[in-house]
Amino acid sequence: MTQEWNDRKTWMSLLAKVPVEALALAWDEADLGPDYRWLRRPETGAVMVRGRMGGTGLPFNLGEMTVTRCALELADGGAVGHGYVQGRDKGHAERAALCDALMQTEARGAVVETILTPLATQAAQVKGQRAERAAATKVDFFTMVRGE
Amino acid sequence: MSTIAAMKGGFNDPAVDAAHGFRALLNAMAMPGAINDVTGAVPVAPLSVAAGVAILTLCDPETPVYLAPSHDTDAVRDWITFHTGAPFVGPSHAAFAIGTWEALMPLDQFPIGTPEYPDRSTTLIVEMDALAQTGATLRGPGIRETAQLNLPDAGAMADNAALFPLGVDFILTAGAQVAALPRSTKIGER
Repeated sequence: MTQEWNDRKTWMSLLAKVPVEALALAWDEADLGPDYRWLRRPETGAVMVRGRMGGTGLPFNLGEMTVTRCALELADGGAVGHGYVQGRDKGHAERAALCDALMQTEARGAVVETILTPLATQAAQVKGQRAERAAATKVDFFTMVRGE
Repeated sequence: MSTIAAMKGGFNDPAVDAAHGFRALLNAMAMPGAINDVTGAVPVAPLSVAAGVAILTLCDPETPVYLAPSHDTDAVRDWITFHTGAPFVGPSHAAFAIGTWEALMPLDQFPIGTPEYPDRSTTLIVEMDALAQTGATLRGPGIRETAQLNLPDAGAMADNAALFPLGVDFILTAGAQVAALPRSTKIGER
């Protein structure tokens, strides 16, 4: 699977949603470990998730979800990375913010190759499997036409 | 790179630094005229360290902040937004107001609370050049006999004290020092 990583939104979204262990494993494997300074230490809070029925119409409150966020600055070059991840794992937020910061530096290639691409592939697989499972139970409703 | 400047200078250890900041502000409020030293925040100019500590300690998304013209810059707004999330409002809805004394005037533009809810008033964070225990004489709760403090305008502050139990409260900041003047303090010249 090839993917362009031009849009910050795509990797922020991926990092926010990947399983904690998967990112931890990939991060250890990448072995980048840059020096950094905290701008905002990891903190956990709740955000209200809002949606629109059918993607249109007025937004409604779907429910609250737990989010952990942090911001940091790389010692080398001063790139700023933000991590907003689901759940309460502060290490997850830290790794997400580090990935975000490194994506703005020369280490970008390594991050894409060893962290983002494998994680995206995994996420696509999980999504595909779930779609398959759901598709197997799909029921089509017909209305029989009666008479003329 | 104003956005990076806005993200720096927060508390290094939020829980501990905010507790120390709160203690210093509490001491200042409880003992009008006492000058306390604070550290921890490195805000953008023209905010002083003490004003920065007060903002980081007291402000959050539920405390509307009014920036007086002396402090109403994009850099200050970005800094307060990143670190506290406090919304910016006009003086008539502010829980906190920040600026120099001249810029914050007139005093009657701020809410002084209602008889049922005297707490629904503004706390003014007044930036000063220096704090010194000279000048106007203070009496009242938290002061053994009398205390002295260089108030920016003793007359206006005495008028505010006369509104008790209504009125605004003052946090006076200069550099890394903070003092406070609650509405309960009586101000005399002597």
